[in-house]
Amino acid sequence: MLKAENIKKRYFQNRGEANYFEAVKELSLTLAPGTVSVLMGRSGSGKTTLLHMLSGLLAPTEGRVLLDGTDIYALPDKELSEKRNRFLAVVPQARSLLDTLTVMENILLPARLYGRVGSEEAARTFMQALGIGHLKDAFPRGLSGGELRRAAIARSLCQDTPILLCDEPTGDLDDENTAIVLDILLKAAKEQGKAVFLATHESEALKIADAAYKMDGGRIEDILIN
Amino acid sequence: MLFRMIRGVLFHQRGKMLLIAFTIALGASLATAMLNVMWDVGDKVNKELKNYGANITVKPKDSSLLSDIYDVGGEEELNTAYLREDELGKLKTIFWAFNIVDFTPFLDARVTLPDNSTVKINGTWFGHHLDLPTGESLDAGITGMRSWWDIVDGKWLDEKEEGAEREVMAGTLLAQSMGWQVGDTVLLSGSHGTREVTIAGIFDAGGDEDEQLYAPLDLVQELTDRENKVSSIEVSALTTPDNELARRAARNPAALSSRDYETWYCTAYVSAICYQIQEVITGSVASAVRQVAESEGNILDKTQLLMVLITILSLIGSALGISNLVTASIMERSQEIGLLKAIGARDYSITGVVMAQILITALAGFAVGYIMGFGFAQLIGHSVFGSAIEMKARVVPIVAGLIALVTLAGSLPAIRMVLRLRPAEVLHGGR
Repeated sequence: MLKAENIKKRYFQNRGEANYFEAVKELSLTLAPGTVSVLMGRSGSGKTTLLHMLSGLLAPTEGRVLLDGTDIYALPDKELSEKRNRFLAVVPQARSLLDTLTVMENILLPARLYGRVGSEEAARTFMQALGIGHLKDAFPRGLSGGELRRAAIARSLCQDTPILLCDEPTGDLDDENTAIVLDILLKAAKEQGKAVFLATHESEALKIADAAYKMDGGRIEDILIN
Repeated sequence: MLFRMIRGVLFHQRGKMLLIAFTIALGASLATAMLNVMWDVGDKVNKELKNYGANITVKPKDSSLLSDIYDVGGEEELNTAYLREDELGKLKTIFWAFNIVDFTPFLDARVTLPDNSTVKINGTWFGHHLDLPTGESLDAGITGMRSWWDIVDGKWLDEKEEGAEREVMAGTLLAQSMGWQVGDTVLLSGSHGTREVTIAGIFDAGGDEDEQLYAPLDLVQELTDRENKVSSIEVSALTTPDNELARRAARNPAALSSRDYETWYCTAYVSAICYQIQEVITGSVASAVRQVAESEGNILDKTQLLMVLITILSLIGSALGISNLVTASIMERSQEIGLLKAIGARDYSITGVVMAQILITALAGFAVGYIMGFGFAQLIGHSVFGSAIEMKARVVPIVAGLIALVTLAGSLPAIRMVLRLRPAEVLHGGR
């Protein structure tokens, strides 16, 4: 279970009267196993900042992020890196694959980083399900935005972590592929017991949400529970 | 997969990697060339300076004392002591035998010409062949030690040529005043006989020698009845510049500790060579021609300092170049590195991959640079010294170590950037 306790994120700046702005105002959040949590909001509302804090990539200015009771930001780099690898799979909004490796190698990379073989069978299954089975030997430079996004989702699923955090996972996808991706993420939560967290503009995502949050100005304003 | 990642970056960033390799190659080539020249330049400069005369003179002990007391040269009238010609071969048996480049004996006298005028004649060797006790043989003599003499007519005497024992060389002023031409015969009368000789060459030395005669040693010995006798020896030796130990030893070798004595004796200081010459030439005093010895040391020190400075500056230049290029490479790959961190790669793993790529590039740069350096060294050797530079094996590990240090130092800012890179900042937005 991943729990954020009173976290906030401030960025220092040199404009206006205040010398900082709060990207995320104080909030608490729990991602429980087997649930899908959806975070909606406009661009610049603080969704990505919150997702990065939850995924162990950005330390909050205040508050704690607890993974099964352990404050992940109190850990040294070596242990935090290992937690990210084994517990916190993330689908980033930006570039998601290494250009020097094939799609299949990219998908198996998280496992290989820690000396695990990684299941090519599972990778192929996820790639087939996401409609990119034919791209396993392709290099990322030749792929479309949608294909890259689906490959990143396949990698995070193959990473086989109990928590899955996705930043705009359907951003580059058409309606058909959006439906496929959301279905797969729902199955990951319901059939594999993963805690899935989506930061998205996609209103379709609300249909699979167990909990939905709306973010505005760094604050979670509405909480919708299905 | 690690290898694929490294290879992939080397391929995808080949432009930058080639520039890094080129920068390293330039540094390595200059370091290789300068270090090789630096270690070879001692011999080269010494050999060059040997063209300008002897740096050691050997005299009989008594004659040396007279010279020191009365400040006069070894004129025949004052010379009561001599060195033995048959001991000269022993010069090539001392510890520093290989550093003795050339040597020649002198025996001076005054001879009377047919018009009753007297002239100074110097007996010496001209390409004299010696069979050494060690079984080796060599040719020694004045020819190589007076390379600046301008032979205005005729040629150098050569003892190996038939009739050379009755030939002489005349200084240009003497030849002019007497109206001598090459091939003329002259009757010389010494204290113990008369000999008819032929003028084989006329030289312009630019000094007192221009009013003198130079003849084979045997001829002067016959004219003055001083068989097997020489009044002095000039020695041209490759030496190590003096340091404090050498100066102390020159004052009194016996005052040195046994360890210092051993160090001094086994280093080619001019004083150590003088000392060893005195050990083998009976009744001799060997002394350094200070101006020459010190000039050699100064020129050598300054040349070597210049080489070291060029090496250091080229390596600093390389480090700065590497720093900029590696940092640019890391900045270009910041998203990739952020992604690696996001999926759990540890800082040291990422640093390892980055360093492996840089070190492979550095290795290629070093290999190319060493070959270029070899070429530069030969270019310097031939254009400055007129001969090849001997490549020293010890330069390879030294340059490799220096390049590794420079590469690491140049990569430090980039590694710091890798460690400080926050994935959240580079994974936000864009593709």
